[in-house]
Amino acid sequence: MKVLALKLVLLALVDAVAVFAMSVMLLQDDYVLAGVVLVVTLLVNWVYLSPGLLPAKYLTPGLIFLAVFQVFVIVYTLYIAFTNYGDGHNSTKDDAISAIVGQNTQRVEGSPVYQVQVVESLAGLGLLATSPEGDVLVGTAEQPLEEVAEGDVTMDGPRATAVAGWTSLGMQDILQRQQEIAALQVPLSDDLADGFLRTTNASQAFVFESTFVYDEAADTMTDSASGIVYRDLGNGQFESGDGQVLGTGWQIVVGFENFLYPFENPRYGGALVSVLLWTFAFAIISVGLSFFLGLFLAIALNDPRMKSKFAYRVLSILPYAFPSFLGALVWLGLMNTEFGFINNVLLGGADIPWLTDPWLAKVSTIIVNVWLGFPYMFLICLGALQSIPEELTEAASVDGATGWQVFSGIKLPLLFVSTAPLLISSFAFNFNNFNIIYMLTRGGPRMAGVEENVGHTDLLITLVYKTAFEGVGRDYGLASALSILIFIIVATVSTIAFRRTKALEELN
Amino acid sequence: MSIEIDPIAVDPTGDREPERRPAPQSRMSFQKWLRELGWRHLVGIAVVLFAAFPLVYVLSASLNPSGTLTGSNALFREVSAENYVALLSDPRRPYAAWFANSLIVGLVTAAGTVFLGALAAYSFSRMRFTGRRFGLLSLILVQMFPQLLAVVAIYLLMRGISDFFPAIGLDSLVGLIMIYLGGALGVNTYLMYGFFNTVPSSIDEAAKIDGAGHARIFFTIILRLVAPILAVVGLLSFITTMSEFVVSSVILTSPDRLTLAVGLFRYVSEETNTNYPVFAAGAVLAAIPVMALFLWLQKYIVGGLTAGAVK
Repeated sequence: MKVLALKLVLLALVDAVAVFAMSVMLLQDDYVLAGVVLVVTLLVNWVYLSPGLLPAKYLTPGLIFLAVFQVFVIVYTLYIAFTNYGDGHNSTKDDAISAIVGQNTQRVEGSPVYQVQVVESLAGLGLLATSPEGDVLVGTAEQPLEEVAEGDVTMDGPRATAVAGWTSLGMQDILQRQQEIAALQVPLSDDLADGFLRTTNASQAFVFESTFVYDEAADTMTDSASGIVYRDLGNGQFESGDGQVLGTGWQIVVGFENFLYPFENPRYGGALVSVLLWTFAFAIISVGLSFFLGLFLAIALNDPRMKSKFAYRVLSILPYAFPSFLGALVWLGLMNTEFGFINNVLLGGADIPWLTDPWLAKVSTIIVNVWLGFPYMFLICLGALQSIPEELTEAASVDGATGWQVFSGIKLPLLFVSTAPLLISSFAFNFNNFNIIYMLTRGGPRMAGVEENVGHTDLLITLVYKTAFEGVGRDYGLASALSILIFIIVATVSTIAFRRTKALEELN
Repeated sequence: MSIEIDPIAVDPTGDREPERRPAPQSRMSFQKWLRELGWRHLVGIAVVLFAAFPLVYVLSASLNPSGTLTGSNALFREVSAENYVALLSDPRRPYAAWFANSLIVGLVTAAGTVFLGALAAYSFSRMRFTGRRFGLLSLILVQMFPQLLAVVAIYLLMRGISDFFPAIGLDSLVGLIMIYLGGALGVNTYLMYGFFNTVPSSIDEAAKIDGAGHARIFFTIILRLVAPILAVVGLLSFITTMSEFVVSSVILTSPDRLTLAVGLFRYVSEETNTNYPVFAAGAVLAAIPVMALFLWLQKYIVGGLTAGAVK
């Protein structure tokens, strides 16, 4: 009984949240999303209220998170890779048109003065305006001015000061939100060409009209000041005859353009090839060096006569226990050219550019990555070594094999077989080892001669991040295309490698 | 099998130089010792120096009151708590808030991952239903595309959510936790599924005969039996979350909502020389809980990491 009550309470909570979510979505006219939420909520209720469906009862909570933040984002990444989504192409064409029209407004000389009161509701800031003729209207940036019923209005002389359903802002609020209010433009009607109301002092507003006029029939944008006509040529932006482009465009599907970008821009393409090679080199060398250092240490410490081996073990796996981002940042200080410990103390005041020279930076990132990675390799090698049966070694030495022969002919192959799957996942991990590179060098030093921000130590994954989130020309489409490239490479390499190791296992 | 690191095998005399210690069996000649054990100690000492030096350095830098990276090069010459005081007293750099945020995100993510993963693993391990094989297979396939690669889509999704519900969208810890929960589920469910299978199902059948319902079996019997894997998954998830940078740096923006990874990175990369000592103090404090947990439970973590792979 208690369990049932608890279940009903939890379900009621979920439903309450869902109803709230749907009402917010409906308020913003997003019927599709509200529909999705409705369907999911009904499904959840069905799963938990019907007597059967036991597996679904256990799977649903996890599935919801997995579906949104793992499956959906993969599909969405695929979609973005085929669009021009990014700075300047952020939204729909309608949004772009109203943005262009709205950004270029000028006060109409000699236009009538409206008395206004700044008001607010769930829909955001709005203006309550009294026209020179005495009509009372209210509207927001999205909702054009509409006349309000006379009974709802509170008048103060010729000026309306409050209206039912809206909160009037006091002096204090107006002062605090000055900038927001100054930027507020309320369209006079659905047709943006009719102009906007704007206020400078929160009590009087003037009519502003845009210098850009959108002609719906011809699908052109005309700059009435210069007379230039901009057209939509299918590139997600308005372009004039002589190639000028309006800054605000919209999102369209561009097919394989993002994937072809490196081929159409040879300099970027060349940079991308060297990034790709370095990504492979970084992952392979890091895994290889850490593995051999770990193996060497495991062999050295794997002797029952060494009583102090436990102390060595604990001390040498310390880097593995240290949070990895902190490890990289600690080395950032050690390797600093002017003030770092390595140059100043170990090398007695040398001036070696550990992190700023293209080649040295590569070496440095590998050193740091080996520092972080070898303890893990040490641990798995030690485990693998200890699990090799003692009889094998004994049998071999009875047959007259030397220590080295036992090691290279018996132990090492067995070790490779048992650690190969871990080496492959380690490769996949280091292929995307964002933290080390970004924290140490941010991918730098920057490559000369390439317009885009590509550095000598950039991995593909840091390039994705920089393309999407750094600088001015953020390009989500190109970044997503790079993500897909990484996925294809890692998936292919892993598949081939796993097949190989399977074959290796069967051979033994 | 799992890897064994025997913490009890420490000989109380273990840290002393071996040649001074009377060997239990017979005294080795110094030359034989050098050839058979000496090089092992040399390798051990060299690796320990390489491994531990940066950590010693950061500890020394955090205690050095000179205020710059240059001054920190004098190892342990002066010791004071100045940097720690500075770290916690500057409101422009709300370290305490970062620390709390990281702990909250780490703990909630760990707990949520364990709970959701255990629920799913239980149904995959104990129930037979259509789509079970497909479900298990897709869990593996989905892992091929790590969340890291979808960071752009995640950012845009969260930006979209922000338009409706700012409280769980960009710049919100709740939103960040939800992302982590979605990303960690696949691999952890799989790990737990393997462990659940090792618990004999005769136990829950016996309970069923005694009249226990499925929920009761799950919460009071199974969860107790699989406690070790729950601990491992929880710990790994906590440690990974503490170091996660890419997604959190994209989602979080306000100074007091950052996690340690994002906050400390921005702080030290802004002005490395002058900010380093205070950063070092922050790094030491941030590393203590993680390292303590790790060293305390290393046996389980290492076992969990290599479970199934090392035979």
